[in-house]
Amino acid sequence: MNGEPLLAVSGLGVHFRMGRQEVQATRDVAFSIQPGERVGIVGESGCGKTVTGLALLGLLPAATSRVEGSAMFEGQNIIGLAPRALRRVRGRKIGMIFQEPMSALDPVFTIGQQIGETIRVHFGATREDARTRAVAALASVGISSPERVHDSYPHQLSGGMRQRAMIAIALVCEPRLLIADEPTTALDVTIQAQIIDLLLDLSSRTGTALLFISHDLGVIAETCTRMITMYAGQVVEDAPVDFALVRPRHPYTSGLLRSLPRLSPRGAALPSISGRVPSLRDMPAGCRFAARCAHAQPGCDAPQIMASAAPDHLVRCARHADLDLPGALTELEKVA
Amino acid sequence: MTQPIVAVENLRVLFPTRDRKETVKAVDGVSFAVQPGETFGIIGESGSGKSTLGRAVVCLLKPTEGRVLHNGGNPHDLSAAELRRARREYQIVFQDPNAALNPRMTILRSVREPLDIAGTVPSGDRDRVALEMLDRVGIAPEFSTRYPHELSGGQKQRVNIARVLTVRPKLIVCDEVVAALDVSIRAGILNLFADLQREFGLTYLFITHDLGVVSHVSSRIAVMYLGAFMELGAPEALVSRPYHPYTEALMSAEPVPLPSHMRTGQRIVLQGEIPSPTNPPSGCRFRTRCPIAKDLCASKTPDWREMEPGHFAACHFAEPRP
Ligand SMILES: Nc1ncnc2c1ncn2[C@@H]1O[C@H](COP(=O)(O)OP(=O)(O)OP(=O)(O)O)[C@@H](O)[C@H]1O
Ligand SMILES: Nc1ncnc2c1ncn2[C@@H]1O[C@H](COP(=O)(O)OP(=O)(O)O)[C@@H](O)[C@H]1O
Ligand code: SF4
Ligand code: SF4
Ligand SMILES: [Mg+2]
Ligand SMILES: [Mg+2]
Repeated sequence: MNGEPLLAVSGLGVHFRMGRQEVQATRDVAFSIQPGERVGIVGESGCGKTVTGLALLGLLPAATSRVEGSAMFEGQNIIGLAPRALRRVRGRKIGMIFQEPMSALDPVFTIGQQIGETIRVHFGATREDARTRAVAALASVGISSPERVHDSYPHQLSGGMRQRAMIAIALVCEPRLLIADEPTTALDVTIQAQIIDLLLDLSSRTGTALLFISHDLGVIAETCTRMITMYAGQVVEDAPVDFALVRPRHPYTSGLLRSLPRLSPRGAALPSISGRVPSLRDMPAGCRFAARCAHAQPGCDAPQIMASAAPDHLVRCARHADLDLPGALTELEKVA
Repeated sequence: MTQPIVAVENLRVLFPTRDRKETVKAVDGVSFAVQPGETFGIIGESGSGKSTLGRAVVCLLKPTEGRVLHNGGNPHDLSAAELRRARREYQIVFQDPNAALNPRMTILRSVREPLDIAGTVPSGDRDRVALEMLDRVGIAPEFSTRYPHELSGGQKQRVNIARVLTVRPKLIVCDEVVAALDVSIRAGILNLFADLQREFGLTYLFITHDLGVVSHVSSRIAVMYLGAFMELGAPEALVSRPYHPYTEALMSAEPVPLPSHMRTGQRIVLQGEIPSPTNPPSGCRFRTRCPIAKDLCASKTPDWREMEPGHFAACHFAEPRP
């Protein structure tokens, strides 16, 4: 941890109005990203990963949601920015890609028109200049016939191609931060491998920082240097990926890692986490994981705070100091 | 050799494209046999024909060419009434937990429905049988009066399993049954499948694109690409000593949650994408993405060869190892 972070999130909470009630989807989310750093957010579905990304991008529905807390990005709080100020940041300095590029791309415009639009808005480029830059951007994400793709409509492209086009659009303004929400989840493994390689290559070449949201621990391990585990709307662990994988300090992170089939002998029962994520309407006041935690004790019914478990390793668990939790390595691998 | 519970012989399933000008070769010449009590895994990328193959095995689709035999007999030779009865023994569970559940039916009615259709159990006993099955898959009785939207994905998938179990099938095709579930929930469902297999002597055809899952549950795995099998073998052999370049690439593409110092770093990243099944490449259908393709691969279709006992591969350049 050195220097000024590129993004410093603190006290971020998202509330949704549902009928007459208000529910809180995320609470007190705090983390930071250094320039060029690649940070992953993992957790089961509904834990608040997407909501966190959307809050940072100012993309939550204004009428039914309320965001509290702050996110300092290059000296400016981007939470609650006015639309005009937001447009100078989103798409320009913070790029974004989503799981389903089809929903983010406009079906009635060609890929080229959509990239060109971004270039003209942000750089005031001429039409010809925009085309040249758009084709170059498509080529830079490994599209082998960029001219053809430039003139294609989204539905004429495969899922992998659309995701590449999305990345090209997101990166054409050379953002300092790219927020990627499950960008490979809808893709086949061989195409996923191509996209991961592409993102790693781009981030090391351009110094773009990455906030990579995924439920797939393997994908996070291969892409990121730091891993944030979210559970029931809270960050429960924040550590360098290599630490979190080898020696997780939160029972939930450990449980997620242990339930992967590769760690159990073939045919043997897999360790599973019983129960399910508590409902937003019914959040326990104490540790939110307690009902599913094998290590729960009386002290766990108090609200848990993020505490330092080791240098550069934060965890939200009262018992982190007494527990020696297994990570992603088999007994054999630990010895090796 | 015992009588296979399913034998697939030179199966082809073709569909006309929407404009009817071309045919989609969804399954294009596949043969294999599944032994009673085993879990036969099928892995492959999207569009490789896994679901089509699974549907053909449970007679939801008719072979365009070739045969699917159930216990040695051809179900399509049966009369409609006989086929309906025979099909009960061959069930399928889908990826989408909602696919087979009627949103307007209570859980109990959904689970009981196959019994109502089959008519084998007296109607007065059907609720009891359905409730027992729900209990067996870990769904508490109070859920039986609820509707699908009140259940989580994992719970719905348990209900789907209870539903097919009520008619006492011999074989269940599991088509991406855990793909839509979170990892922690996934483990519980996989454990349930394993317990039920022991308890009811079930045979599974386990279709997935997840290498970790398929190698955990399967006794044998077939690797499918563009409508055909590329390799078939025991999971240990397939993972540690693959013969086919496609299997090798699939294995190495799988992201593993290992710390950086333990990752080998020599990942094979395949170029390009899976070609269209309307017009698969000549010769070896993997050749357009194969890192070691030669001229021969375009002109000649590789034979399906036994590389070591029980381990088959279709590549001109695969060499049997001692
Ligand atoms: N009813 C149909 N009509 C036309 N084409 C079809 C039909 N069903 C499947 N196909 C095509 O057949 C090919 C194989 O499809 P299939 O659903 O069997 O693949 P899969 O391996 O199960 O893929 P996934 O992993 O995406 O589920 C695809 O190209 C698909 O578009
Ligand atoms: N627009 C919305 N209105 C109401 N609730 C929402 C909305 N978007 C998300 N939520 C709720 O917020 C929680 C977190 O959702 P999400 O961030 O999408 O989870 P994840 O991405 O981790 O799967 C969930 O309980 C979800 O139902
Ligand atoms: S605080 Fe207690 S219940 Fe919560 S994760 Fe830690 S040990 Fe488990
Ligand atoms: S036959 Fe040729 S193209 Fe096919 S897998 Fe073998 S080397 Fe590759
Ligand atoms: Mg999400
Ligand atoms: Mg399928």
